[in-house]
Amino acid sequence: MNARIFFFVLVAGLFALGLSQTIQRHMAFDIPWMPGETRTIWNIDAKIDFEADGQEVIASLTTPKAQAGYLQLSQNAASPGYGLSFLEEGNAPQAQWTIREATGKQTLYYNVQFLADAKSTDQPIDEMPPLLDLQYDPAGQTAGAEIINDALKTSADAFSFTRELLKVLNAEQTSQNVSLVLNEDSSKTDLLISLLNKAKIPSKKVGALYLEDGRRRQHLQPLVEVFQEKDGVITSRLFDADSVQAVDRSNLLLWDQSGTALLELTGARNSKVSFSMIQQEQPALAAIMQKAENEHLFNFSIHSLPVEDQSLFKGILMIPLGVLIVVIMRVLVGLKTSGTFMPVLIAMAFIQTSLLTGLVGFILLVAVGLFIRSYLSHLNLLLVSRISTVIIMVILLIAMFGVLSYKLGLTEGLKITFFPMIILSWTIERMSVLWEEEGAKEVMLQGGGSLAVAVLAYFTMSNEVTRHLMFNFIGLQFVVMALVLLLGSYTGYRLLELRRFKPLADKE
Amino acid sequence: MVFCSPFKLRSKGIMGMNQRNSGYIGRYNPRKLYPLVDNKLKTKIIAREANVTTPALLGVISMQAEVEGVETYIKDTPGFVIKPAKGSGGKGILVITKIENGRYFKPNGSEESLSEIKRHVTDILAGLFSLGGSADVAVVEGLIQFDNAFDGFSFEGVPDVRVIVFKGFPVMAMMRLSTAASDGKANLHQGAVGVGIDITTGKALHAVQFDMPVKYHPDTNKELALLEVPKWERLIYLASSCYEMSGMGYLGTDMVLDRDLGPMLLELNARPGLAIQIANGEGILPRLKLVESLGDDHGMTVEERIAFSKENFSQ
Repeated sequence: MNARIFFFVLVAGLFALGLSQTIQRHMAFDIPWMPGETRTIWNIDAKIDFEADGQEVIASLTTPKAQAGYLQLSQNAASPGYGLSFLEEGNAPQAQWTIREATGKQTLYYNVQFLADAKSTDQPIDEMPPLLDLQYDPAGQTAGAEIINDALKTSADAFSFTRELLKVLNAEQTSQNVSLVLNEDSSKTDLLISLLNKAKIPSKKVGALYLEDGRRRQHLQPLVEVFQEKDGVITSRLFDADSVQAVDRSNLLLWDQSGTALLELTGARNSKVSFSMIQQEQPALAAIMQKAENEHLFNFSIHSLPVEDQSLFKGILMIPLGVLIVVIMRVLVGLKTSGTFMPVLIAMAFIQTSLLTGLVGFILLVAVGLFIRSYLSHLNLLLVSRISTVIIMVILLIAMFGVLSYKLGLTEGLKITFFPMIILSWTIERMSVLWEEEGAKEVMLQGGGSLAVAVLAYFTMSNEVTRHLMFNFIGLQFVVMALVLLLGSYTGYRLLELRRFKPLADKE
Repeated sequence: MVFCSPFKLRSKGIMGMNQRNSGYIGRYNPRKLYPLVDNKLKTKIIAREANVTTPALLGVISMQAEVEGVETYIKDTPGFVIKPAKGSGGKGILVITKIENGRYFKPNGSEESLSEIKRHVTDILAGLFSLGGSADVAVVEGLIQFDNAFDGFSFEGVPDVRVIVFKGFPVMAMMRLSTAASDGKANLHQGAVGVGIDITTGKALHAVQFDMPVKYHPDTNKELALLEVPKWERLIYLASSCYEMSGMGYLGTDMVLDRDLGPMLLELNARPGLAIQIANGEGILPRLKLVESLGDDHGMTVEERIAFSKENFSQ
């Protein structure tokens, strides 16, 4: 009895192991359940134009980092003659171009690919940006203080304070205080930042890019990020100085989070940065592979093998499913097959040849093979040499069918070479012996059974969904193993026995 | 409905193939004892040691050099059978029923010359009839003189009695009668008639062909209900004692009846089929369960086991 309990624990363990590994892979690496799923990739170009003064030029472009909703896949830059390096300085990464001497109009390109990824999150904020002492027009000093005082009264924390400020700044009828502080040179964004700084609330300017497919010559939209520390945790929120509404972060890529400048340029003038972008739909798996390449997450998986070996495994990993079909058909249904796992091998050949060609080829080969084999049985040969003769015969037949179908213009027929010849020879041998011992009926029964199981295994093994699942989730192998073990302990009736014993059950 | 409910089958105690394989054959038949059963010569030797009657062993030819001497075994017999020890499905069995002045005749009257007999023995040695083509030995046996009690019940072939012996208890029996459809063979799936035999009396209970009930033999039209196995006591005793002899817990014993020598063991089967349930019109499971409930230490002799079976398993 203990052995029985151990067995079920083993099966349950395998099942749980397989299932949890599968789910873990789905959760952690984002591998989709279905093969057809696509993911959105944003391909964004930044174009930098400037006029060089004829001396050394250093151009540093602030580049985006991974953030909520977007994951960086790759970045590169095109800029003939320039030295290029990607820097990770401070809190924002940079792309830096350098050249000893340049004159006239220069154009630099920076390209980055982002994967739209709902699971990606903002990086935690380590420190608040420093408070700045920004001066505005002395005339506005008192007006500014008044705005701050009013907003302080009607707010509870940094975020609600900012909202109160925005209400005042964006009111339909501009108040006197606002018109005093708002002069023509400075934008509302700058004003908001200086007001916040006066109120000792840390904030910084963020350049955001609205993502829309096929847009060109876009510019960054200035936003204000407001920080607040509560219980030692720093949180931040984005505000748009021109609107009271909360900032909608869908389709919004925060490009410049440096808080200083998008482009730092020495040795040049008249710089301009513009953006263009396209949206690409990529198969989810390919997108994830690309992501994984950066992260080295897939190290312990089949994906780390060379592509050629991967495709080999693609076939091998399907075999357990074929085997499962055989077990089900034999144990649960009670179909007779000639050779236990021959149907799986035939099914694998069918995958190479396509089903119809495979079926026709198989039946043709076995039929002709049986016919010739019936002559061999008159010769009373020993088994080994008889099988060897059948193997040579099968090879000749395959060659003959191949040439014949080619001459007739049926190139499909050439696929017949994919059949495993030794297996085919054994099939012919078994069927022939069966014919002599049990008659043609039994041959049809077992041959038909084998073909039926093979076709079923073919459909299971060639199915896109199962191929995708078995290849990407190694854990499913354990699940199949658990199922096979479980079926091995099944002692109930087979489907065909229900028919066989029907007269007995109906008695009385 | 083509299918019946599995619960109905379960309630009738009918055993399926999966249960037979894992619950009985796998559990009660030790793998290492299989050769004793699969090799007819080994079966014969252990049967002789256990005083179980088998057809007379005239000789064994195990090497090519001995083939020339085959005549010494068969010269002075009224008839003989040459079979491969590891043959299956009745292949390679040569039956000579009449010998006259050095000429040999098969049951259908055609003559077989001595050189043809020698070639047949050579074929057996080469493994032509054994599973997997492995080398084999040829067994020469005395001819069984079939009992007249079965006249008209069998067409062309050998009528035999299959008794399922479970842990030494005879649990179910049937007679297998060959028909024209089965081509003289006694295999039920090839069309032989199976007749369930009562464990107590040796009388016919119920008959089937191709899993469907029949009342008359399809070729001879003899009423199958009239069938009664003579010397039943002796037969059931021999069958039951095959348990001690072979060590197999779940065993199919194939018995034949000789006119003069009575019941004898023809061969043993470690994987007996399920058709016996259909022939008996009853599931075998309740009987197996009853025997299992006795445990291993009941200490019953062969006679006591037979008495137990007669008391519990008769219909």
